[in-house]
Amino acid sequence: MPEGLLCNKTPIDTVEQLQALLADKSGKQYYEEMLHLDVDAPALWATLQKSLKSRLRTWLSICAHCGMCADSCFFYLANGNDPSQVPSYKIQQTLGEIVRRKGRVDNAFMRNAMDTAYSKCTCCNRCGLYCPFGIDTGVMFSYLRGLLFSQGFVPWEMKIGSGMHRIYRAQMDVTGEDWVETCEWMCEEAQEEWPGLEFPVDKPDADIIYTVNAREVKHYPEDLADAAVLFHIAGENWTVPSKGWEETSLAMFAGDWAGCKQQVEEVYAAMERLKPKRMVVTECGHAYRATVIEGPYWAGRKSGKTPIESFHYVEWVAEALRTGKLKIDPAKRIKEPVTYQDSCNYIRNGGLREHAREIMRYIAEDFREMKPCGEHNFCCGGGGGLNGIGRYRPQRNIGLKVKRDQILATGAKLVISPCHNCWDAIRDLEEHFKIGIRWTFLKPLLLKMVIVPEHLRPEE
Amino acid sequence: MYAFVTGPLAWIAFTVFFVGLVWRGIWYVRGLDWRLDRVSYGENLGYGLRGALRSIVRWLIPYGTHSWRFYSGYTAAVFIFHIGLLVTPVFLLAHNLLLEERWGVRLPALSEALADTLTVAVLIAAVVIVLRRVALPEVRILTKPQDILLLLTAVTPFWTGFLAYHQVGPYQFWLIAHILAGELLLVAIPLTKLSHFLLFFLSRAQIGMDFGIKRGGMKSGGMQW
Repeated sequence: MPEGLLCNKTPIDTVEQLQALLADKSGKQYYEEMLHLDVDAPALWATLQKSLKSRLRTWLSICAHCGMCADSCFFYLANGNDPSQVPSYKIQQTLGEIVRRKGRVDNAFMRNAMDTAYSKCTCCNRCGLYCPFGIDTGVMFSYLRGLLFSQGFVPWEMKIGSGMHRIYRAQMDVTGEDWVETCEWMCEEAQEEWPGLEFPVDKPDADIIYTVNAREVKHYPEDLADAAVLFHIAGENWTVPSKGWEETSLAMFAGDWAGCKQQVEEVYAAMERLKPKRMVVTECGHAYRATVIEGPYWAGRKSGKTPIESFHYVEWVAEALRTGKLKIDPAKRIKEPVTYQDSCNYIRNGGLREHAREIMRYIAEDFREMKPCGEHNFCCGGGGGLNGIGRYRPQRNIGLKVKRDQILATGAKLVISPCHNCWDAIRDLEEHFKIGIRWTFLKPLLLKMVIVPEHLRPEE
Repeated sequence: MYAFVTGPLAWIAFTVFFVGLVWRGIWYVRGLDWRLDRVSYGENLGYGLRGALRSIVRWLIPYGTHSWRFYSGYTAAVFIFHIGLLVTPVFLLAHNLLLEERWGVRLPALSEALADTLTVAVLIAAVVIVLRRVALPEVRILTKPQDILLLLTAVTPFWTGFLAYHQVGPYQFWLIAHILAGELLLVAIPLTKLSHFLLFFLSRAQIGMDFGIKRGGMKSGGMQW
C-alpha cells in the first residue's frame, strides 16, 4: 500500500480529513499505515537539489567529528551520555545519509529518521553555540522535518496540528467566531471588577495589536482577561484582530512550510489592515519564533521583518516597568527564591535575555539564575512540539531530568516561565518527578503586584 | 627527483591549493540564499557584519567562548595544534631561504629551537587528539577512518621534516618525503574536510550573521558565544 487513508503525503486541508485523523485514537491506524508508506525518492532528491545549498552542505561535509556538540545536548546528558544522542551523530545518520544516498532511502529509514527528528531533537539550537564551525544541528533537524513532512513521515499529532493551521489558521479548532466571542466574554468578566475596561476587537490605528496562542482561547481564557487588565492598568491603546490573532505554528514543528506561510500571512494581513504601531504577542516562545523571527522569510519578506515592529510579551512588560506604565508595589515583590526559565525561542534565538532580567529586578527579591542560563540555557525538555506527541512521551520524560536538576540546584520553588511550551514541560516534570515546585506565567504574578492607579481603582 | 618535486609538482600543488580555495569561497558565498537560509543578508548588512565579526573573533581566542572553556583540555590541544600547523611552515628558516633563493623575498624566520618546539608540540597535540577520539565514546561513535587519515595527512610534513632537518636516517629520502607530504597537504586542503582552512571563517561568518540579523542580534548586544 503506497499511501494510507490517514497516513499519506497529502497535508490536511479539509474538516473531513481532519475529523478522520482525529477519530483514529492515538494514531493507531495512522502509524500502522505508516509501516507501508512508500518513499518517493526522486521527489526527495529533487527537493534536496533545490533547497540544500552551500550552508547546509558545508555543515554536513566539514563537521570535524570532534564531539564538542555532545554535552550541549540535553538528550545526550539525560540519557546517561549515550553516544547515539550526540547531535552530529543524529544528523549524520539521518539527513547526512539521505544526502549521501541521493534520496534513495526506504520506509524503515524514514521512520527512524522521523523518530530521531521529532524525539531526539527539539530544535533548541543549543548545539549551534558549541560547535567551532557554527554548525547548527537544530536548523538541520528542522530542515529534515520539512523533508519528512513532505513524504508523510510525521507524527500523528503534528499532522493534525498542521491541518488545524491550514483549516482554522490556529493550532486548535478555534474559529474566528469562537475567538471574538471569547474576547467579549472575557471583557464582560473583567468589567465586573474593572469598570471601563475595554477589549477592543479590530480597532484601527491602535498603539498595540495583541496576538495570542489559540489554547489560551480554548483552555485558558482567563489569560486573555489578565492581558486586558494589564493593558488597562498600563493605559495602553490596544486592540486584537478578529482575523490573524493566532501567532503559534504547529506547522513549524511539523515541517509544513506551506502551512507556516499561510499562518503568518494572515497575521501580517491583520497588521496591514488595522495599522497599529506595533505588535505584542502573548507569553509564548515558539509563537514569537514563528511569526516574528522565521515568519517574514516564509512570507517572502526580503527585509526579514514583520510589517510592523513586533514584541514578545517580556519586551512589553520590561518596557512598561521601565517607563512606569506598570508600577510594582514594593511590599508585594516576590520574597521567596524564584528562578526563570529562559525559552530557547525568544532568548537563545531571539536575544531577549536582558529583558527577562530587567523584569526580574523589578519583581523579585531573591532571583536565582539557573546554570547555565540565558542564551546557554537548556531546553525545557518539551520544545519543538515534543510535549504534544504521545508516541514520544517516554523519551520526553527522560529528557526532563536535565531541567529538573537545573531547577533543583537553584533552590527555588517557584519557576517563572513566560512560554507555553516551557510552562507545560515544567508542569509535567512536577507531575512526573514530584519535586515540589510551582510554575507560572508573568501575567498572574504581575496582577498581584501592580499598583492600580487611583482613577482605575474599583469602587468599594 | 628533487627538481621535479620542488618544480612542476610544487606548481601543481600550489595551484590546486589556491584555485581550489578560491573556488570553495565563491561556491559558498554564491550558495547563500536569504530565502532558503532565512537570513536577510543583504538588507541588514550592518548587523550581519557585526555578528559575523563577533562570531569569528570570539572563536579565534583561546578560551574565548563557552564551548572552548567547557572542553578546556581539548581546547589546549586544538589551539596548539593549529597554531603550530600554520606558523611553523610559513616562518620556518629553511622554507624562507628557499623562498629567497627562488623569488628573492622572505619572511622573518623562527629560531631553530622554536621551530623544533612547535613541531614537537603539533605532533604531541595530534597524538592527544587521536587518543581522545579513541577514548571517548561520544567522539569514537563519530570517528571515521578518514578522520584519522586527514590528521595523518596534516602532520606528516611535520615529522618527515623533523627527521630530514635533524638528519635522522637517509636525508634525501626524508627530504623528498617531506616535500611530497607538504604538497599532498596543500592539495588536500581545498578538496577535503581540511577546507575548513577557509570554510571555518565563512561558516562562522554565516552563523554570526544569522544570530546578528535574525536571531536576536537586533535586540541585544550580540550572541554570547
